Amino acid sequence: MQLSHDERSGPAKDADKAYSLRLYVAGQTPKSVLAFDNLRRICEEYLAGRYEIEVIDLLENPQLARGDQILAVPTLVRRLPEPIKKIIGDLSNVERVLVGLDLRVRE
Amino acid sequence: MPPQAASPTLPRGTELAKTRTGIQGLDEITQGGLPQGRPTLVCGGPGSGKTLLALTFLVNGAERFGEPGVLMTFEENEEEITSDVASLGFDLGRLVEARKLVVDYVRVERGEIEETGEYDLQGLFVRLEHAIRSVGARRVVLDTIESLFAGLKNDGILRSELRRLFRWLKDQGVTALITGERGEGALTRQGLEEYISDAVILLDHRVRDQVSTRRLRVVKYRGSTHGTNEYPFLIDRQGISVLPVSSLALQHEAPLERVSSGVERLDGMLSGQGYFRGSTVLVSGTAGTGKTSLAAHFLDAACRRGERCLCFLFEESPPQLLRNMRSIGIDLEPWVTAGLLQFHADRPSRYGLETHLVAMHEIVADFKPTVAVIDPVTNLMSVGTRADVQAMLTRLIDHLKTANITAMLTSLMAGATDLEQTETPISSLMDTWIVLANEPVGDRHRRGLYVLKSRGMAHSNELCEFEMTNVGLRLIDSAGRDVAANDVDGHSQKGRRHAVVS
Repeated sequence: MQLSHDERSGPAKDADKAYSLRLYVAGQTPKSVLAFDNLRRICEEYLAGRYEIEVIDLLENPQLARGDQILAVPTLVRRLPEPIKKIIGDLSNVERVLVGLDLRVRE
Repeated sequence: MPPQAASPTLPRGTELAKTRTGIQGLDEITQGGLPQGRPTLVCGGPGSGKTLLALTFLVNGAERFGEPGVLMTFEENEEEITSDVASLGFDLGRLVEARKLVVDYVRVERGEIEETGEYDLQGLFVRLEHAIRSVGARRVVLDTIESLFAGLKNDGILRSELRRLFRWLKDQGVTALITGERGEGALTRQGLEEYISDAVILLDHRVRDQVSTRRLRVVKYRGSTHGTNEYPFLIDRQGISVLPVSSLALQHEAPLERVSSGVERLDGMLSGQGYFRGSTVLVSGTAGTGKTSLAAHFLDAACRRGERCLCFLFEESPPQLLRNMRSIGIDLEPWVTAGLLQFHADRPSRYGLETHLVAMHEIVADFKPTVAVIDPVTNLMSVGTRADVQAMLTRLIDHLKTANITAMLTSLMAGATDLEQTETPISSLMDTWIVLANEPVGDRHRRGLYVLKSRGMAHSNELCEFEMTNVGLRLIDSAGRDVAANDVDGHSQKGRRHAVVS
């Protein structure tokens, strides 16, 4: 993929930005627990001190699924910085999560 | 299951419960509708009418059967789908406001979503469940579920989740309609939905000889018998209608009431009283033999009795016909003005046979006539193959008979000699068959008329000469007496026996 100069330097410029993350799950399933653990670990390593994670259990708040266009769970939504990004799955592949969060340029 | 005020099911002995679609014809083919509380797949190519059929099912449920619905759309958003069906008179916005319908647009775009590790589609289930609960939905449409495969990468997860979804829909007790794009060598692209649905309806849109026809077929229906033919259907301003064919079992009533042909002496030839009400009359003859005139007499007489008459014209325009009939003393215009007589003129080549047929069905359903004329029915024959024409006319005549409409079809013959040949496709369907003919005698034509057959009555076998006068068609006989009065038994030798038809 051909990237412009700005995009290439994007992650670096975002270095001081705050990350607002939402993790959508449906109940305390092994997958959702795993996803949350994976997310915490990645954030601590790469976004220490500048992230917040909001976990939304769709079983409790089903009406919230529509707004963020959730169909798969777990889904991680990066609400800030914009644009909104989505990563679905248990977040077990750190590289892909970093790419999905724009913390690393897609190889 | 909450009790419903107006139950949409048609219980039929031990057969499984069904949910009416409210789509004319479809409920008849399926003998009551879709399997209640189970998923049905409707598949077909692009533009085959899948979404429209699904939406009609939902809207009818909400408006007519007291069953709220959920539309989960994967391809078009709420605004797009609302405006798409507005032309059919569906007001989705109003139904949503009245809490009879929920529209949830599920957007899936590949590239926007990164995938890593295991996931499932529980989010979709949650959304669907929430939507169903919020209005107490009994019907669900998923349009088009396979869009998920374009948006997500893990086919394995999708396939197993789709199976789980269908199972879940059954557990919810909702009657679901799922649309699917026709696949190569399979009913759907994934080849999956058809196996996990209880019923499968296939829609087809073909263009042959520049004429487009739409057809519908019930491919599968677990636990129920169903019509297996392809049935033509039409999409127009009133939505979808599938040709009603329920009564092809020959169960029409056979009323004994008689109606006048409008020509007194012809009535006489038909055992003195004219046609049977609800019967079908074929009037055939070569060009210029007076077929339309005989039809005009019939219409005029019916209007005089205050009957509502419908006249389909496939050759002349209504003004032409009115003018021509006035020249022989039949003025139909007042009946048109009075609203008793309605003309529908169309070029046969404008649509396919099915479209004509469905359009005619709708006009009949709208106007509710007791008398119908098709002039000439032979012009429709140029539109399709012989088998198609036979099938179409059978359905049309069947429909008219079921509605107890007395029908007259005129048939233009190329020449007197091929009478049996040209008429075979339809003659067996006719109750009464009148043949008109011209015979050159010296420097003029003699016009002749005879009743070739008339089921269920003693009719004259006489060949009668007639003239066109300024007071209409007038039968004459050699002695100048009333032909009919004497010839009912058909044995009289007094009428003329010109060899008009060889």
